[in-house]
Amino acid sequence: MAAEALVETQDLYFSRGRRAVLAGVDLRIPRRAIVSVMGASGGGKTTLLNLIAGSLAPTRGRVMVAGQEPTKINKNALYQLRSRMGMLFQHSALFTDLSVFENVAFPLRRHFPLPDSILRKLVLMKLEAVGLRGAAGLMPAELSGGMARRVALARTVIMDPQLILYDEPFTGLDPISIGIIATLIKRLNAALGATSIIVSHDVHETFSIADYGYILAGGRIIAEGTPQTLHDSPSELAQQFLSGNPDGPVPFHYPAPCDYDRALESDAVAGEER
Amino acid sequence: MAVFDFIPNLGNRVLATVPRLGTATRFLMLGLAAIFSRHFSFRQLLRQVYGLGVLSLALMIVAAFFTGMVLAFQGYYALVRFGATSALGTLVALSLLRELGPVLTALLFAGRAGSALTAEIGSMKATEQLSAMDMMAVNPLAWVVAPRLWAGIIVVPILCVIFDLVGVWGGYLIAVPLLGVDGGTFWAQMQSNVTFSGDIMNGLFKALCFGLVVTWIAAWQGYAAQPTAEGVGSATTRSVVTASLAVLGLDFILTALLFK
Repeated sequence: MAAEALVETQDLYFSRGRRAVLAGVDLRIPRRAIVSVMGASGGGKTTLLNLIAGSLAPTRGRVMVAGQEPTKINKNALYQLRSRMGMLFQHSALFTDLSVFENVAFPLRRHFPLPDSILRKLVLMKLEAVGLRGAAGLMPAELSGGMARRVALARTVIMDPQLILYDEPFTGLDPISIGIIATLIKRLNAALGATSIIVSHDVHETFSIADYGYILAGGRIIAEGTPQTLHDSPSELAQQFLSGNPDGPVPFHYPAPCDYDRALESDAVAGEER
Repeated sequence: MAVFDFIPNLGNRVLATVPRLGTATRFLMLGLAAIFSRHFSFRQLLRQVYGLGVLSLALMIVAAFFTGMVLAFQGYYALVRFGATSALGTLVALSLLRELGPVLTALLFAGRAGSALTAEIGSMKATEQLSAMDMMAVNPLAWVVAPRLWAGIIVVPILCVIFDLVGVWGGYLIAVPLLGVDGGTFWAQMQSNVTFSGDIMNGLFKALCFGLVVTWIAAWQGYAAQPTAEGVGSATTRSVVTASLAVLGLDFILTALLFK
């Protein structure tokens, strides 16, 4: 991890009301690497991506992307920075009123006054890369979940971004689609010379393509390293997450105000005893 | 003690409402100013004029036709007691131009187009389409909100003109062929008693204000909706209720100011 960092967070804190979502996160994402950030649901992974993208401002600490702090620059500068970034959303976020072709063409049309012939070539090239050139005329409602994710991926990389953020790219997909998306992430990252940050809780697929990984729990990084290092991590929390144990440092039971026997004797509905 | 709770509760509500109103006003200003943004699309504006205006046309025409006919009936039975049926044309025209045209157009617009607008923007938020746009360095205010705001401002006065014309025609069909009022008197009285600046333009000014307010409320409710199915549903209900009440309240203020 000695290469120059494209993204860096230092002592990053973020709170929603009184709840601390992130509590002192330090990350270093080197250029051209695929880095995974894993952790349980609701652990602040998507919040971390939004902080990197400049959609949220940290409560404390700072985020640096390509030498700039996204929340400290004006809207125009932020949009310039974002034109070099791409983000794949968890639910694809395709524009439902536009065809597959127009969805992929959308960022290009908005930013560059390209002749239709060149625009068409660029869009078809990206659709070919994700294996969906034949679906260019379809509407998002006509796509399966896996196809929608691939179209969203083509749209994400249409501007040849330096940094690609993936928010749960494997969630809700069948094994074949998961394999396709994982291969595409790896292949596109190499082809574009980009840097990728994958936020996921899918351990197997993420480790198969990541160069380096972080495990986030309780708002902090509890383990980091190459996939092999993480597998050997002494952290009980990391081991519980990686092996999927139902009980451990993260308890199986949601905290209740009284014990089970007393709750059965009480007339109150579960969760309302207090 | 309920009475002692009332004052702090009221205070808390006011304190919560003022910043919300400020945010919504800022949203309106930025949305309107986004017409100058490079991401504003006139093609999108035309699409919205079609969606919000042209597709509301049938509803407006039917509603205006019946409104005009009912006005003629009610007006005739009131005026006939005083032997003043010759004023029926004036009554129908003034009622429509000054009051019923702008108000009913705005209420129907809020119900049909406003609710659809809130649901559409709310769904785009819930499915992360607005966030995706923002991540692609395309300002959603310029691409999504501004065309809808301007379309609302443009189409409501036009729909109001159509509402007025169809309403007067409906009134004529009841007054002259059915109730036997003299056609020449019907039109002549209307012509001599309706003023262009005092009645027609003031009515259109009302429609313009209503168009702005209804579209603003609808767009804001969608933009600020909780990004869930339930959130979008309640935002849509809130949009129609708030817009309808705002139209009625604003109508009172505008009537007091414009028609002295």
